[in-house]
Amino acid sequence: MNIRRMTSRAPAWPDATNTRAAAAIALVAVAAGGAWALTTTRRTRRADKQRPDMPALAGGKGIHVERTVTIQRSPAELYQVWRDLERLPELMTHVESVTPTDGGRSRWIMRGPAGIRLTWEAEMVADEPGRLIAWRSVGDGDVEHAGSVRFTPAPGDRGTEVKVILTYAPPAGRIGADVASLYGMSADQDVREDLRRFKQRMEAGEVATSAPARSARVPELAGRT
Amino acid sequence: MRALTWHGPRDVRVSRVPDPEIVNPRDAIVKVTATAICGSDLHLYNGVIPTMRAGDVLGHEFMGEVVEVGRGGAALRAGDRVVVPFTIACGACWYCREGLTSLCDNSNPNAHMAEGLYGFSGSGLFGYSHLYGGYPGGQAEYVRVPFADKGPLPIPPGLSDEQVLFLTDVLPTGYMAAENCGIRRGDVVAVWGSGPVGLLAMKSAYLLGAERVIAIDRWPARLRLAESGAKAETLNYEECGDVVEELKQRTGGRGPDACIDAAGMEAHGTTLDAWYGRAKQAVGLATDRSHALRQAIQACRKGGTVSIPGVYGDLLDKFPLGVAFAKGLTMRMGQTHVHRSLRPLLEHIEHGRLDATFIVSHRWPLSRAPEAYRIFNDKADDCTKVVLDPSA
Repeated sequence: MNIRRMTSRAPAWPDATNTRAAAAIALVAVAAGGAWALTTTRRTRRADKQRPDMPALAGGKGIHVERTVTIQRSPAELYQVWRDLERLPELMTHVESVTPTDGGRSRWIMRGPAGIRLTWEAEMVADEPGRLIAWRSVGDGDVEHAGSVRFTPAPGDRGTEVKVILTYAPPAGRIGADVASLYGMSADQDVREDLRRFKQRMEAGEVATSAPARSARVPELAGRT
Repeated sequence: MRALTWHGPRDVRVSRVPDPEIVNPRDAIVKVTATAICGSDLHLYNGVIPTMRAGDVLGHEFMGEVVEVGRGGAALRAGDRVVVPFTIACGACWYCREGLTSLCDNSNPNAHMAEGLYGFSGSGLFGYSHLYGGYPGGQAEYVRVPFADKGPLPIPPGLSDEQVLFLTDVLPTGYMAAENCGIRRGDVVAVWGSGPVGLLAMKSAYLLGAERVIAIDRWPARLRLAESGAKAETLNYEECGDVVEELKQRTGGRGPDACIDAAGMEAHGTTLDAWYGRAKQAVGLATDRSHALRQAIQACRKGGTVSIPGVYGDLLDKFPLGVAFAKGLTMRMGQTHVHRSLRPLLEHIEHGRLDATFIVSHRWPLSRAPEAYRIFNDKADDCTKVVLDPSA
């Protein structure tokens, strides 16, 4: 991608005094922004422990992704699609399979970077029809994982706000130790694109593509009305 | 099939490319019977729109015959004669339901690129860079049309291709530009740029009740067309020293009630700030030249409306926001919501109230498209609008 960002190349007032002043302002702004980000993160993490849709892993380590999208469907319809965890691979690019195991639990297999397969067992920790689904990994897995999806009616006739929160953390000293560094770069973007495709399927009934037929990957969402 | 492909600034060629195929259920394939070069294609031609790739098929003004329909494109049948909106819209998202189809949430597969640049993405467009979806365009023998059950409008028999071809873009664009002016009885509307969009904005302004329309340009042929085809008064900015003052004088000191910038980011001008804008654009310091827009803001009467159908791509400097604020102006802009005005405009055409064919200056075979781009870009041969025949 080669988008020209003119902002970085356009010195509006290329005057030495002003440049120094601008640099100083930028430094202060960065410092202030950094401090704000730190305090905000801490506050969020404290809040995590009190809410079932804000899954937190021990010590707040790992990757934390939060994304929201508004979809022109009712909370009940959208909840229905997510409720069947076995169908999560249709919604989330990197989840290869979710298979039910004993005691209401499920075995997850995720494709990690460079073809690595990561697996763990998860249990549902919240299930409020039309509102919230939350799950987290249990026992000894390759990755400590927790996730949730919340459905909130948007104001007016704007549909439903769907918020997905996912956290991944490597268990101490295990193979997944590099997950954060390998995966962290793209996790946010992956979730954003996953949600975009979900929205397209639920609203338009198909995923937009400009690729020619032979190379287009257009999996359909089974059972969509 | 044969198609007009982009290879770099001022380098377009007629090439052989693979035929399009149905990909998604709601797709249709249209055999193009007529296609036109748009003024905004010249932005691509000149290389000022980012994310173009060598081999991209251009063209977003096209119509033709449906030859194949996906299993979800129920509204259309093979054999239907249709015009195709240049904006691709799903018809189901909140924006589409509100009639804001050029802001469709679901039709740009490269939405992340637009989000990177603008924070949000509008709809996908045919043949208009990867930023807008990378969809192959309509200056070709065949086109794949996504969401074909929502976009293409079947055309009743008895109307020629040329009578309805401009429903795809320039006619709704000119119309929306005039609509955005909120025209009331007695209004004087000034239009910068007498290209096809400007000319059709002038006609639409009269249709919507304007009392007087003033066309501003520098090309005598275009000004003649504004006079003869759109019944506008004309103002040649190269001959009149101060456009803003001249407009004031022509409107009893008030200024036009509404001003339309149908020139956009490659606007020409002769004043110092116009040359400054050109120089900056030439060295890559700013993507947009804003000369026409600046004049529109300065000329508009207090409390008036500035409507911007002209395309802007990125940042703008020397923008007289203080003037706009001091005069309490309303500004309206954006890509055209083609779908919502298709039927009303078709009705105007059928009843003889609106005829856009006067903008056509050249009817050429697709094989001569590269030459057509050159003369259109150079405003040579009094070129205002080229219609291409893809079969020739």
